[in-house]
Amino acid sequence: MSTLSLALRDSTTMLRRNLLHARRYPSLTLNLLLTPIMLLLLFVYIFGETMSAGVGGDGGRAAYIAYIVPGLLLMTIGSTTIGTAVSVATDMSEGIIARFRTMAIHRGSVIVGHVIGSVLQSVASVLLVGAVAVAIGFRSTDATVLEWLAALGLLVLFATALTWIAVGMGLISPNAEAASNTAMPLILLPLLSSAFVPVETMPGWFQPIAEYQPFTPAIETLRGLLLGTEIGHNGWLALAWCAGLAVLGYFWSTAKFNQEPK
Amino acid sequence: MPSSVMPTSNSKAGVQSPAAVSAVGLRKSYGDKTVLDGIDLRIPAGSVFALLGPNGAGKTTVVKILSTLIAADGGQARVAGHDVATAGQAVRAAIGVTGQFSAVDGLITGAENMLLMADLHHLPKAEGRRVTAELLERFDLLDAADKPASTYSGGMKRRLDIAMTLVGSPRIIFLDEPTTGLDPRSRHTMWQIIRELVTGGVTVFLTTQYLEEADQLADRIAVLHNGTIAAEGTAEELKRIIPGGHVQLRFTDPTTHQRAATLLTDATTDTDALTLRVPNDGSQRALRTLLDHLDTAGIEATELTVHTPDLDDVFFALTDDTTTDKETAR
Repeated sequence: MSTLSLALRDSTTMLRRNLLHARRYPSLTLNLLLTPIMLLLLFVYIFGETMSAGVGGDGGRAAYIAYIVPGLLLMTIGSTTIGTAVSVATDMSEGIIARFRTMAIHRGSVIVGHVIGSVLQSVASVLLVGAVAVAIGFRSTDATVLEWLAALGLLVLFATALTWIAVGMGLISPNAEAASNTAMPLILLPLLSSAFVPVETMPGWFQPIAEYQPFTPAIETLRGLLLGTEIGHNGWLALAWCAGLAVLGYFWSTAKFNQEPK
Repeated sequence: MPSSVMPTSNSKAGVQSPAAVSAVGLRKSYGDKTVLDGIDLRIPAGSVFALLGPNGAGKTTVVKILSTLIAADGGQARVAGHDVATAGQAVRAAIGVTGQFSAVDGLITGAENMLLMADLHHLPKAEGRRVTAELLERFDLLDAADKPASTYSGGMKRRLDIAMTLVGSPRIIFLDEPTTGLDPRSRHTMWQIIRELVTGGVTVFLTTQYLEEADQLADRIAVLHNGTIAAEGTAEELKRIIPGGHVQLRFTDPTTHQRAATLLTDATTDTDALTLRVPNDGSQRALRTLLDHLDTAGIEATELTVHTPDLDDVFFALTDDTTTDKETAR
């Protein structure tokens, strides 16, 4: 069997294993979904009237729903990947990983299985949160089919990038608790981005923090695709962040996984 | 050179058969600590080899190197004819490993664990299901097949572990302390399983800290001590390292004990326990001579026990000196 077909076949097997885990023990994934959904409801129903003033315009609550949904969809991805870090760390402490290492399988398949499984979970989570958003009144204003596809593509790409980073975080963590701490930035960063209020309304000293991180350009791009706002250079920035993080996470995770076990 | 015993020609694992596992001068250190200090091994195909040693002797390290989990710092090793350092994937294709700690996926069921192995060995779907059913039945796991492996008892996990190892029909199986932590019944079941494997022509590399286990199962035994092989041979050959057996005499009266000690000049005396340890091979003739000797002198021992040398004696004889060294060093 060629290396590629071996890689493909073993990765599919590992993916099936990870999906089985996720299906058998959905509580972790569902717990992680609670944060973005609660924030969505909190910001829309409790803070919505006031917050909408901050985003400009006079659309009230409805306008604010439109403003925060793109950010919350990306935050959902951040939240889901915390679960990735936790399950990778848990998995690595299991004897089964040592068994995999002594088998004639494609070594990377263990990691690839985690990544693909986690990206699929992210997409499912995004669809769930998106459904809640639509249920409480979110509507895309003028997105064409192409823009919808681009939005989906961006979400998948963003999920892939964060997942590779999360896998690396899981691999350097000795246990599940440590992994969930290490992966904390993945859910904190969107709070410090343009998800809830525009960057221009933030204090001057804080604006660079909001500006120079992956979530803001991705959020602005998604907002542009779904709501027709100005994307500008954010599109390229978002792609560059995704590509950079994915490549970095890939090499980091692979190097960590190939390290000799203790 | 340690007191190595050369293989005898009529041994079941004769020198003629090709080596399934061989190693020359294996070395491994972790920081300042030298775990393996030049290990030489040669295990003929189709035999059972036991690596015996106390906790922390480096048994697991040897298994990890031979199963390509870690790299040696020095020396060479070949498994199934392939160099472990340069042809890892070929080695992995020929071996099955069951580690000290259960290598099962606790989140999925026993049957799913087996099917996972079948998929990773690239068996066709139908064959994977057939092998799974067959092995689950053979290892008495059919009833528990659809329960998560994390709910299994220690013995069941170990059986599932071995069953998973067998899915790919490996020719060489490494069993790292397969019975550690098992109750006596499960241990005997495991021994039975290992014996059946050997009947099928599989080479078994076993590590254990139980001498009885090595004696029961292995064709050849190597004693690992302080990072080197202290002795190697069949159980019988190893027992021969310790000269003869002995008879232990116990007394209740110190005076009688003293008189016996004066009479039996070749005996080792323990004045606190009031015992005498007299070299004796335990044969009827040797025993009668000893008893006659005692009767003539009118000495009667309270208790008499005959000890033939067992692997424990060998083990302690080989590993004793350094143990005391370590203790005095502390």
